[in-house]
Amino acid sequence: MLNFLARRIAQLIPTLFFVSLLIFSLQHLLPGDPALVMAGEEHDPAVIAQIRKQYRLDRPIPVQYVYWIKGVLSGDFGESLRIKVPVRDLIAQKLPVTLQLAAMAIVIAFLIGIPAGIISAVKKGTAWDYGANLFALWGISTPNFWLGIMLIFFFSIKLGWLPASGFVPLTENWRASLASTIMPAFVLGNAIAAILMRHTRSAMLQVLESDYVRTARAKGLSERSVILKHAMRNALTPVITLGALELGTLLSGAVLTEQIFTIPGFGKLIVDAVFNRDYAVVQGVVLVTATIYITLNLIADIAYILVNPRLRG
Amino acid sequence: MSDAALPAIAAAGAEEVLESPARRALRRLIKRKGAVIGLAVLSLFIALAVFAPLISPYDAIATSWSLVRKPPSALHWFGTDELGRDILARVIYGARASLLAGLISVTLAMSIGVPLGLLAGYRGGLVDALISRMTDAMLACPFLILAIALAAFLGPSLGNAMIAIGVSATPVFIRLTRAQVMGVKVEDYVEAARSIGNPPWRIALVHILPNILPALLVQATLSIAAAIIAEAALSFLGLGQQPPAPSWGSMLNAAQRFLTNAPWMAIWPGLAIFLVVLSLNLVGDGLRDALDPRER
Amino acid sequence: MKMWRLVPVLAALLFSLNAAAQAQTTLRIGLAEDPDILDPTLARTYVGRIVFAALCDKLFDIDDKLNIVPQLALSHETSADGKEVTIKLRPGVKFQDGEPLDAEAAKFSLERHLTMQGSFRKPELASLDHVSVIDPLTIKLVLKAPFSPLIAQLTDRAGMMVSPKAAKAEGDKFGLHPVCAGPYKFVERVQQDRIVLEKFNDYWNKDNIFIGHIVYLPIVDPTVRLANLKSGGLDLIERVLATDIKDVRADPNLTLSKANELGYQGITLNIGNDKAKGALSQSAKVRQALDLSIDREALNQVVFNGEFVPGNQWVSPDHPYYQKAFPVPGRDVEKAKALLKEAGVTPPVSVDFMVPKNPEVEAAAQVIQSMAAEAGFDLKIRVTEFATSLKQAEAGEYQAYMLNWSGRIDPDGNSYIFLHSNAPQNYSAWSNAEADKVLEDARRITDMAQRKALYEKLTGLVLQDEPILYIYHRGILIAHTRKLEGYKQMPDGLVRVVGLKLK
Repeated sequence: MLNFLARRIAQLIPTLFFVSLLIFSLQHLLPGDPALVMAGEEHDPAVIAQIRKQYRLDRPIPVQYVYWIKGVLSGDFGESLRIKVPVRDLIAQKLPVTLQLAAMAIVIAFLIGIPAGIISAVKKGTAWDYGANLFALWGISTPNFWLGIMLIFFFSIKLGWLPASGFVPLTENWRASLASTIMPAFVLGNAIAAILMRHTRSAMLQVLESDYVRTARAKGLSERSVILKHAMRNALTPVITLGALELGTLLSGAVLTEQIFTIPGFGKLIVDAVFNRDYAVVQGVVLVTATIYITLNLIADIAYILVNPRLRG
Repeated sequence: MSDAALPAIAAAGAEEVLESPARRALRRLIKRKGAVIGLAVLSLFIALAVFAPLISPYDAIATSWSLVRKPPSALHWFGTDELGRDILARVIYGARASLLAGLISVTLAMSIGVPLGLLAGYRGGLVDALISRMTDAMLACPFLILAIALAAFLGPSLGNAMIAIGVSATPVFIRLTRAQVMGVKVEDYVEAARSIGNPPWRIALVHILPNILPALLVQATLSIAAAIIAEAALSFLGLGQQPPAPSWGSMLNAAQRFLTNAPWMAIWPGLAIFLVVLSLNLVGDGLRDALDPRER
Repeated sequence: MKMWRLVPVLAALLFSLNAAAQAQTTLRIGLAEDPDILDPTLARTYVGRIVFAALCDKLFDIDDKLNIVPQLALSHETSADGKEVTIKLRPGVKFQDGEPLDAEAAKFSLERHLTMQGSFRKPELASLDHVSVIDPLTIKLVLKAPFSPLIAQLTDRAGMMVSPKAAKAEGDKFGLHPVCAGPYKFVERVQQDRIVLEKFNDYWNKDNIFIGHIVYLPIVDPTVRLANLKSGGLDLIERVLATDIKDVRADPNLTLSKANELGYQGITLNIGNDKAKGALSQSAKVRQALDLSIDREALNQVVFNGEFVPGNQWVSPDHPYYQKAFPVPGRDVEKAKALLKEAGVTPPVSVDFMVPKNPEVEAAAQVIQSMAAEAGFDLKIRVTEFATSLKQAEAGEYQAYMLNWSGRIDPDGNSYIFLHSNAPQNYSAWSNAEADKVLEDARRITDMAQRKALYEKLTGLVLQDEPILYIYHRGILIAHTRKLEGYKQMPDGLVRVVGLKLK
């Protein structure tokens, strides 16, 4: 067990190294010159040359990589070329926003996906099964940006119930915060709901046919009690860890959703930065999200093993 | 039981024993109504894509200044877009771009991912460690960012978008193949094959691959669904299909500014994506159930 | 008896309540993008200038006829040889940190624009040699060579004054807490979320400032921006879509303010840098044919509901420098085909058409593609994101490039850097000695009639050689709630806040 743990933690380093390599090269291989983009409308060659020099854009790529990594290891993620704010500050500002959105999305995903999975498993083969299936699959089948646009159209433009954009932190005003995040959280959570449903369903199916449940049934317990008390508890544990893992998927989906709902989180930051060739921002943000994702993976693995004694040793 | 019944019973039993796995899977698949509906809808869209020139009521590219943003009518069932083009025609022709994008990108992902997964799973050791760490790294980066960066790097076009999506979808197949291989590696028939001196590549191709194919197939279906949405997202951002050629994603991109004036521009392409992706998901789930060895 | 003494007290109370009420008012403005750094020396985005309109006053401003009017400076006088410009400053002006605006501060600001590392104002002030202080309210700008567009430059960021104390203290981080001399001072900024300004009580024109706070909210999606305005979440938005104008006009709570822009939307044609040596780059006749195949009126109708202005020069038809001798041409497909024949080219002529990613521009490009097809051109649209398109334009990796220019007040600002040989934005790589001479002469003379005559020659040359096809001029479209009174749109697109009242 401890061996396994040590091995998994050791794997973090090379993975993160590859992440840094991957995102750095992807950015610097992009066509287009950030100095040109930053150069202002007049494109004075002297200004362009000065920008290149100041941000070391005229050095060979491996050299630039070394400078960047050295900075990262000492906590300096560089500066946004566009607005000259340290990337670290931008991340600190925007991480809570995306996290709040992601948390709400996961809650919604649980609320949709788990009941759907349970119903689908318990009433397998009946109309309930297909209905629950459809209900959860619906989310993963719609492009999230389209769903977002449609929701804005109905709830903001036509009905005026919810604001079309903007973000209010939970700490500031919980009512306004809910109003501003319910639509984007729903869009994001929808997609995850399907994955949760699938796993809940197969886990429930497995448990329902296990000896354990058969014993409970044989004891004469009501079907309801069997499901609620015995089956669910065993089926849900892996599903919960899965929910935490889906944070990675959420960060990917958030990219477009934040753009459409104008939520000042990571997603919007990254998209703008890619198109503005604001290298430091993209690299910094991806590195941070990758670290979070990998760490969550690790925690999930550990939790899974802890909970499932059969896998230990 | 009479003597006459015995041969009949024996015959029935023999038939069941001799049924091939593929046939059994198919039989089970057809039993799941969701998958059947999914298949039907998919076939419809494939037919639309293939026979587009015959089915489409209008040219998908011909602009018409007098027909700009007309609502759905008898002449134009889905209405017209911001340049006067018939939306039904563009949805039909757009099926080509979207379906092709899904198919080709996943084919690319599998042709890179499955061999790498086989290698990692079978070889183990340093090769496995290297491939696995790189796969983990790719999975840790948000998929859309990878795809956007790649597509921007390659240049905007439908073909490049397919490559970008394909590459971004590869790690899933590497991981899946590797996990499957590691599960199958210890089976008796693989041990047997090894013991009679089969070279590793032969074992991988002839013995292992056919047995992990079902799981790969299920994932492929689901990945095609995700790829179609990814193509729509890239086209939405301007990195995919170039105008004036239609694709559902770029149609949504143009429709965004006309939400209040001409909502039909956004509804139909979105609905098309939804139906195709939902069908693929239903078929994928059905396949998974059908191929599950635990089912009767 | 003492009752009537209450009257002034009551009046003061009422007045202060009203003032307090006004002081509580907040004007929420929706921007199309998040501005870059809020430092006039280091800023380079159009949308940043909108925030500066409330934050940082400049030496001069413009009126709606594009005349130069006083703001922080009262007058300007150019010497006979054109090399010295004497500027008298407005007395009693304070910066938002209490420092006085005097000649030393003005000199500091201008020299900061000229010499600071990373300054984007250098090209605008390139002709400036140094600034001398004549007396506490008078400065003299000494130029290296006569440069008539200089005063026009001082009506924009190059003329913005910053507090020397704050600028010296913060250096290049000044943009995070800017201190200028405008009607509103900086309170806070959350990147991509909002910029908050509050009324500066010692503003030189404070009697005309009635609103307490201004909040700028960047909302990229134009549909969402308009939705916010309609639902009351915003009071004013910029860059309304032309296709939404009908919607705004139909809404009883909203007003549309419109002005024609100073810039243009055009197609830059690669003449001198085309490695593929396509037909467009080899013959002016082919370029003229392309020009003639476009129906500018129809384009305006289809894509912009007729709200924009078709054009054919680098200034719009209602600009004082527009050459009436060269009116906007109509479409002539027959002549276009004949020109192609004369040039010895067999249709279809294949053209690599680079189009920056932008829904309205893409729509216009598709219309042009469709129109040009009838004359024998096969325009292959390549939607390219902005960063890449800049690079490829510079490298000459395109044959036609749908580029727009935001526009400058002085016609030199719309022409020189695009049309002069080897100028930084001359992506066409057009080189014409006669045109070069005209451009150089025109920036030395101050007399408008003389300059206009010179530009007439240039217009003839450009319409002959067609390095850039000027297609249309966009409208500056601002929509705001009817509760906002006193708003007038200027052609430079800025949202001026003096005199605005919110009911």
